[in-house]
Amino acid sequence: METTSLTVNGRAVSVTADVDTPLLDILRNHLGLFGTKFGCGQEQCGCCMVLIDGQPEKSCGKPLSTVAGKAITTIEGLGTPDRPHPLQQAFLDEQAGQCGYCLPGILISAKALLDRNPAPSRAEIAEALDDNICRCGSHVRILRAVERAARVLGEGGTR
Amino acid sequence: MNTPTLPALPPLLAANPRLDRWVGFSAPGRVTVSTGRVEIGQGVLTAMLQIAAEELEVAPERILLQTGDTDRTPNEGYTAGSQSIQFGGVALRMACAEVRALFLDHAAASHGYSRADLAVRDGAITHRGERTPHDYWSLAAAVDLTRHATGQSPTKSVGDYRVVGRNAPRVDLAAKVFGGPAFIHDMVRDGMVHARVVRQPRRGAAIAKVDEAGLRRAAKGPIEIIRDGNFLAILGADETVVEAVAAVAPDHVAWDGLDPINPYQEEARWLLQQPSIDRVIGPPPPAEPVPATARHEATYTRMHIAHASVAPSCGLAQYRDGRLTVWTHSQGVYPLRDALARTLKLDPAAISVKHVQGPGCYGHNGADDAATDAAVIAFHRPGQPVRVRWRREEEFGFEPVSPAMVVTTQTVLDGSGHPADWTTEIWSGRHSSRPGGGGNLLAAEALPDPPPHPPAVEGGYPPGAGTRNGEPLYDFPAQRIVHHLIAETPVRTSSLRGLGATLNVFAIESSMDDLAERAGQDPVAYRLSVLSDARARAVVEHVARISGWQAGLSAGTGRGRGVAFARYKNMAAYAAVVAEVEVEESVRLVRVWCAADAGLVINPDGAINQLEGGVIHGASWALKEGVRLDTSGISSRDWESYPVLRFGEVPEVTVELVDPAMDRPCLGVGEASGGPTVAAIGNAVAHALGARLRDLPLTRERVMATLLRG
Repeated sequence: METTSLTVNGRAVSVTADVDTPLLDILRNHLGLFGTKFGCGQEQCGCCMVLIDGQPEKSCGKPLSTVAGKAITTIEGLGTPDRPHPLQQAFLDEQAGQCGYCLPGILISAKALLDRNPAPSRAEIAEALDDNICRCGSHVRILRAVERAARVLGEGGTR
Repeated sequence: MNTPTLPALPPLLAANPRLDRWVGFSAPGRVTVSTGRVEIGQGVLTAMLQIAAEELEVAPERILLQTGDTDRTPNEGYTAGSQSIQFGGVALRMACAEVRALFLDHAAASHGYSRADLAVRDGAITHRGERTPHDYWSLAAAVDLTRHATGQSPTKSVGDYRVVGRNAPRVDLAAKVFGGPAFIHDMVRDGMVHARVVRQPRRGAAIAKVDEAGLRRAAKGPIEIIRDGNFLAILGADETVVEAVAAVAPDHVAWDGLDPINPYQEEARWLLQQPSIDRVIGPPPPAEPVPATARHEATYTRMHIAHASVAPSCGLAQYRDGRLTVWTHSQGVYPLRDALARTLKLDPAAISVKHVQGPGCYGHNGADDAATDAAVIAFHRPGQPVRVRWRREEEFGFEPVSPAMVVTTQTVLDGSGHPADWTTEIWSGRHSSRPGGGGNLLAAEALPDPPPHPPAVEGGYPPGAGTRNGEPLYDFPAQRIVHHLIAETPVRTSSLRGLGATLNVFAIESSMDDLAERAGQDPVAYRLSVLSDARARAVVEHVARISGWQAGLSAGTGRGRGVAFARYKNMAAYAAVVAEVEVEESVRLVRVWCAADAGLVINPDGAINQLEGGVIHGASWALKEGVRLDTSGISSRDWESYPVLRFGEVPEVTVELVDPAMDRPCLGVGEASGGPTVAAIGNAVAHALGARLRDLPLTRERVMATLLRG
């Protein structure tokens, strides 16, 4: 067992674990951050999406060794009920979700999109979310929520 | 207490008559409301909260909702079949109305008020509109809610509704958006171990040899191995270690009894050659031969379909001091409790089953099996909390899938080109094999002395299972369903959203378009010419209007529009759908419009969300989904081999509720839009191509084959 240092949601953490352990398991089982979800373990569904140094990545396929020293952002790092990220607020405003299991991964993918493209078209949003599976069929509301968040951010909304 | 002359109670209230099973006032200012219904992503908790707040006259924020818990909530069977509001909500509404009336009766009798002058405002008793010193909580000790409901207390009149019928935000959404521990997958118990089951590759397969040393060598940390008959599980404290061993475990286990499956059974037409249990619903078929000029016949098929929940199933269990507690995202905590009691030979009273939310299931997926896995392992390790989370490939490979189906429509036409006699002939495996009826739990079948397979049965009609929506709602002088239930299927099958309705509606509505074309009529006009049900007409007319439907657009241009209609189960919500597609080599879904009538709608935005979801789900079925088989069983065990509709393929969707009919009974809405969507897409593709595809899904390969045939 080695100790690996990384930054999670702005906080420096050290984890003692097998370096092959997927980042997803580190987040959930070692750090108690259950917001990031297991969906397939095969990098196919996007439920486990996190930002690694700002880039959206599927954490189920990222061994701990590959994220040493990197900055990870999970859904818990986006915002809180008291201080929601405009994306989170927009998802609530649009009631964009049914079972909600896919939402943390989708919110992370959307955050990455808006960080690099503050005014995306619907097609660009759909393309950015194409790695994320939603099975309840909330897609239309989710697309609308991301458009709404982009609008709010464009009008000077914070974060 | 009960007397023989009571009015009919809603069935679920009659089955759970004690009012304290539904409502309690144990904490000051708080109301505990219990429902046997469980949240499976459909928003039922929010709707139940609205119903209770309305009838009890309390602010929704005061209500603590208990749900799906054999220790605490009414037994409402399964949360399935779009019945939660239509049946469960109606029972809850009446229970709450009676509780409110009992408190008012008591206030009048004990404190000298005129009963007619009393009302409730946010839990406080008012007299001629002014607050009294009394409220639910101050009177709770004096009002006995252990009594049985009588159904004598009037529910509020619709005109007085302040909560029901208005949009309410989902009570469960915030936790999901902020990444809180919202799901059973996020549950942790002190000292919990993680477990994975090494599944029997086939029903009835027997373990020949387990290389335990090999399994232990493959583990990067300590593991335990449990074997009981053909049930084999690996457990340990480190989930990463257990998951990694589970992935390679099949290499270390040899099995007997692996009869190969015929991959030919991937497509549905094999059903036509199978022995079947046959039944005719309706009058006998016409005896006279019908000339070809007055006859239409067409055959439609669908592959097995997976629930393909976005995450695999999960169950937790702990067996301690002779009591088994199971946490599950099953749709039916009481039926699962009874099935566990049979499996483990325990008294049902010694088992508690508690619902915790999971990913959307859309029917009977692996949830009950995962819970049973956890229960069996916990039973072997008394005191130890156990969590089993299935692997993705396990969910795809071993969940019960929706059966493949073949449907033929046979129509005898009258002189004006309208059906004089209609037959829907259906070949299908079983659509319902939930564990409550006895058996059908993978772990139970792997244990020594497994229970017999439950017999193949088709539920009563209506609503039917494979036969669901087999009768068109159109005004045909004579019609029938000829049903062939195929008892033996290559893979385990059970309920999936819509059951047989999906293919039956696809078949009926595709043939209706054929008949319209043959009669030289527009598909909307043709349907309306044989549809006298006013509410059915209204949704068809509404969807035609909002979609800007135009009669007489040329077929075969590569761009097409299609319409379809059904009333789910012929007794739940009405839905009509128009789809617009572009077809080159494959189908691109451009836009979908849906109009629905669900009677009184508790939460309009929630109902629209469900209808939108059904449209997308239906589009995914129509264009992408089909379980693949090889000789060893289900081979489509990931999202590459079982593709579903993705964000880049999602159409614009418009859903409208037609003139929400507040004074009419609630009609189940959760499954109403799927069948019509599949059928509307089929009709749109036929319009775009000028040729019809009758086998689902409408893949690129099938489009190309149709084009090449010319």
